[in-house]
Amino acid sequence: MSDSLIPQNLKYATTHEWILLEGEVATLGITDHAQHELGDIVFVELPEVGQKVEPGKGVAVIEAVKTVADVYAPAAGEVVEVNTVLADDAGSINRDAYGSWIVKIRLSGPLPSDLLDASGYQAQL
Amino acid sequence: MKEDPVETRETLLASRHVALGARMVPFSGWNMPVQYKGIVEEHRAVREKAGLFDVSHMGRFVFSGPGALAHLESLTTNRVSALVIGQFQYSSLPNEKGGLIDDILVGRLGPQEYHVVVNAGNLARDRQELTAALPADVRFSDESLTHGIIALQGPASAKILKALAPDLDESIGTYRCTHATLPGGRILVSRTGYTGEDGFELYPRLEHLVAVWDALLEAGAPHGLVPAGLGARDSLRLEAGYSLYGHELSESASPLETGLAWICDLTKEFRGSQALVRQKTSGVPRAIVGLSMEGRAIPRQGYPVWNGSRKVGEVTSGTQSPALGRGIAMALVEAGSLDKGGQAFVEIRGKQEPAQVVDRRFVRRA
Repeated sequence: MSDSLIPQNLKYATTHEWILLEGEVATLGITDHAQHELGDIVFVELPEVGQKVEPGKGVAVIEAVKTVADVYAPAAGEVVEVNTVLADDAGSINRDAYGSWIVKIRLSGPLPSDLLDASGYQAQL
Repeated sequence: MKEDPVETRETLLASRHVALGARMVPFSGWNMPVQYKGIVEEHRAVREKAGLFDVSHMGRFVFSGPGALAHLESLTTNRVSALVIGQFQYSSLPNEKGGLIDDILVGRLGPQEYHVVVNAGNLARDRQELTAALPADVRFSDESLTHGIIALQGPASAKILKALAPDLDESIGTYRCTHATLPGGRILVSRTGYTGEDGFELYPRLEHLVAVWDALLEAGAPHGLVPAGLGARDSLRLEAGYSLYGHELSESASPLETGLAWICDLTKEFRGSQALVRQKTSGVPRAIVGLSMEGRAIPRQGYPVWNGSRKVGEVTSGTQSPALGRGIAMALVEAGSLDKGGQAFVEIRGKQEPAQVVDRRFVRRA
């Protein structure tokens, strides 16, 4: 999977989410590798704004033609925004995985220290 | 998912698939292309133009000799004696209790020569069942070992095949076979498939498989032909309402429950026929229905199906239909529990998602 894009400025979970931390708000999406593995994404089940999330628990569900996958929250917090564009165009994740964020979470604490940087994520693919 | 410990096999086209950008996945003991560019794109190509599938993982057995007809008649559900030379029929291989060991295609190739096309995952079992009591006047050969299978599917199929094989008799009807000159010589070609579209299945010898594949892709390119993987094959067959072994069909489901009564000739005797006659008399407990989702969630195999507050069955196959732009499913439910045109609910991640009960043929050929 050497052709997958892995931006340097993001953090990564082993479960193939990318995380952009700005202040106490974490923006969450899935990686280019993950969208490629899932294939054509046709539906994203988004949480409600205000929903509490817990680390390692599903915060959204991605439906591809062939399969279904959970998107996991990296840390505890509260959903402050969801990407409503995905309701009509879930396939934008296939076209631009890093431009198509899924949820923004206001974290109640720091991000876990075991998140990967770009080279660490590349190494585990 | 736990993989079979035996070594995963590859068809002779595996390196072609990889070069074409395929994502390879394990399927019934084989490493097969699930998609090349994308399932939806390949699905649409087959509906609008044409797609090329490597289905060489499937099995094919040839039975010949004076006893071949009676032998197959005694083990399969459809009436083999109804076949004229050059005709194929959809059929099945039942167990004693009337469940299905496999769904199959039986073709009459000559006066006393028949072939049986079987699913890759059931090949070893099918071979055992079909040869365990082979009469002395029947010769058997496992052509899975010597031949591949390529499916050319979609409305442009006849034009493409004719361009490559000018001697093709493109007037042959559905479920008929002929021979056409392709790289490697004259090979068997049948007008069959599993997509709901016009199309052909070709049975080249292994040493010609790659040449036939390459020639078809080249001849088809001007007509919009693309290689298509198992993902599109599954979404196409589901839109067409075709059953898949391991989903709708199994040893514990009767063909009378799964919409296959039309391939069960209960006026003839075959293994399992008595059980099926009894089921027909007393009625079967379940039926297959089509479900079309009202919301956005997508039904998947194993999801519970409800009528109001009562669970009536479960989804056997589900996907997002590229043609309809919504989730569709087949479900095996209590007979009479859901009426066509009425509403049912599919339980998806704990939520009751509404669906219309519809005919399982979601998409019909234009």
